[in-house]
Amino acid sequence: MKVGLFVPCYIDAIYPKVAIATLELLEKFGVEVEVPLEQTCCGQPMSNEGDQKHAAGAEALFCKNFSKYDYIVGPAGSCVKQVRCHMDAIPQTEEVIRIRKNTFELVEFLTDILKVKDFPWAEFRHKIAIHNSCSSIRGLHLQSMSEWMEPRFNKTEELLEQVKGIQIEHIDRPDECCGFGGTFCVTDEPVSAKMGQDKVADYMKHEIEYVVSPDMSCLMHQQGVAQKEKRNLQFVHVAQVLNNGPF
Amino acid sequence: MSSTTKVNVVENAAKFIHQGTDNEFLHDKNLWNARVKRDTTASKIPEWEELRDLASQIKEHTLTHLDKYLEEFAENAEKRGVIVHWAKDAEEHNAIVLEILQKHNAKTIIKSKSMLQEECEMGPYLEARGITITESDLGERIQQLSGEAPSHIVMPAIHKTMSDIAQLFAEKIGTDPNSRDAKSLNESMRNNARPKFLQADAGMTGANFAIAETGSFVVCTNEGNADLTASLPPLHIASIGIEKILPKVEDLGVFIRLLSRSALGTPATQYTSHFTGPREGTEMHIILTDNGRSHRLGLEKFWHSLKCIRCGACMNTCPVYRRSGGLAYGATYSGPIGIILDPTFDETKYSELPYHSSLCGSCSEVCPVHINIAEQIMDWRKVMASKDMMPSGLKVAFGMANQMFKHPSIFRMAMTMGRLALEIIPNKLIYIDANSWGKNREMPTLAKETFRDWYKKNKK
Repeated sequence: MKVGLFVPCYIDAIYPKVAIATLELLEKFGVEVEVPLEQTCCGQPMSNEGDQKHAAGAEALFCKNFSKYDYIVGPAGSCVKQVRCHMDAIPQTEEVIRIRKNTFELVEFLTDILKVKDFPWAEFRHKIAIHNSCSSIRGLHLQSMSEWMEPRFNKTEELLEQVKGIQIEHIDRPDECCGFGGTFCVTDEPVSAKMGQDKVADYMKHEIEYVVSPDMSCLMHQQGVAQKEKRNLQFVHVAQVLNNGPF
Repeated sequence: MSSTTKVNVVENAAKFIHQGTDNEFLHDKNLWNARVKRDTTASKIPEWEELRDLASQIKEHTLTHLDKYLEEFAENAEKRGVIVHWAKDAEEHNAIVLEILQKHNAKTIIKSKSMLQEECEMGPYLEARGITITESDLGERIQQLSGEAPSHIVMPAIHKTMSDIAQLFAEKIGTDPNSRDAKSLNESMRNNARPKFLQADAGMTGANFAIAETGSFVVCTNEGNADLTASLPPLHIASIGIEKILPKVEDLGVFIRLLSRSALGTPATQYTSHFTGPREGTEMHIILTDNGRSHRLGLEKFWHSLKCIRCGACMNTCPVYRRSGGLAYGATYSGPIGIILDPTFDETKYSELPYHSSLCGSCSEVCPVHINIAEQIMDWRKVMASKDMMPSGLKVAFGMANQMFKHPSIFRMAMTMGRLALEIIPNKLIYIDANSWGKNREMPTLAKETFRDWYKKNKK
């Protein structure tokens, strides 16, 4: 099995440790991982705003970079959702359809494809809250939706439960959007910031030490709010916890 | 109805958030509680998801055979002595209402809440022509006295606090401005409005559902106010949007089970009243109104929005709506459903509404009739982008981003320059007004070494 590691642009530049953790974690499970070095962005910012014309360039490059892999794995729910659900600014050739179908978010890849159960090396003695992003929940169905009367499950939580010493807490509104929303966080700043502040207040109310998420972009926004408010709250990617670092 | 003034929903929302009172906090809290109640009550129906599928299918079937069912409805209603009118737009609707009222020499109306009548701006139209209207729904009456439109489909005054209402009632009906007692304020309003109900010349309602098989229509309220409206005066006029039709009475059960559970989390509305022909000695009129609906039915991406049963579940669950307040949308319909309906009335005026969404998708998943709301919001953005109606800041940014993301080398250079810039530019230049990220959030720091560089050094 040959996996192409999809490193979203903001993770490459701001959170390289998340990509390192993802790479190391996959290698620990014996997966052959390659990093296409010419990758840039999946096209999500433009696609989200309805700008198909400008999304097309990024989408075409994504497909060129990842066409030779059995699976494409990215540590970011919203970027994977973009590829899987919305990458339609370019012609939908058989190859493009195959690439879209085989692109996985890390947690679902571990759960559904590798079917891993144990992380014997991982220890995290902290009280955490899980932030599954909207893209992860409603786009990729990483967790049951509270809007649906369906059996309850949470793939991220099932994995994290295997980590030694971890204490998982549930906040009041676990699946409410944190207000990041891609370009929404800049174009709609007042509402976006308020949503982030409310999310941080929910963590503080439950005395959370670390927020753990499969989506670093939501955490970037939440961390910005928490730092502005001078909160003692840390934010890490699920790959870092499951791989036992780097932090 | 075309207008070139765009609604600035971001600015309006900011005002609601920053007004310095409890309004935004309570708006969010109360509507979130409605969503939680909805989850609880839905979970008690084992066949909830099947009900939603069925409702969606019934609506799709009806909308794809709408001409047939509308004719059947009109024919059956006429058989029972109802006078049926057809209105192609708001103007025709209002003119028909006025004509009926003038024929009966009716000067005062008691009215039950109808979003269609709001859509047609019927209230101001009639008032300008000497007709006095009294809203019979408490929330709607509060909005009427405030000179505001409803801010929520089901709970029109949910954006107001008890203090707001105490102050309003003190000004308008002479209650004690310091009283925050809901019961006594309610009682005062009842005493003020009841004589107006009793003396009204005509009653007007909308309809939640209209049934082709019988020619009857159904109005759901929690205050029984539609019943007062329909039963006291000698004349009843009902405004019905053409998408409200259901084929058979048996279909109704599906929707009645879904409506109130989705709206307020209650098993049913307190009053679910069926109207089948006029009372003896009175007249009943129905105005079947299009007002853009058949145009919407022809829009490939957007016709599913006609399935909407106006429960407001998408608004209650929407984190953006809850913090913005309904009036921020500057339209009859607010929240997620408003975002996809409003541009069908006026693309220019409402061109920025589709951007007022974090695209979290909760609206689509909570909708009792499976309207793909979030997808339609994305589709509206595509329409706006193709017509060059994106908010202007976005256009410049994406032109640049496209160049960058298409060319790996430019992307690397931009990242390097960005990193250098952030290192050398002092904070007071970064946290400026133009940088909306920095107002309430610290900037993320770029790593000393990108993953790509680390990988080249350690793995290649």
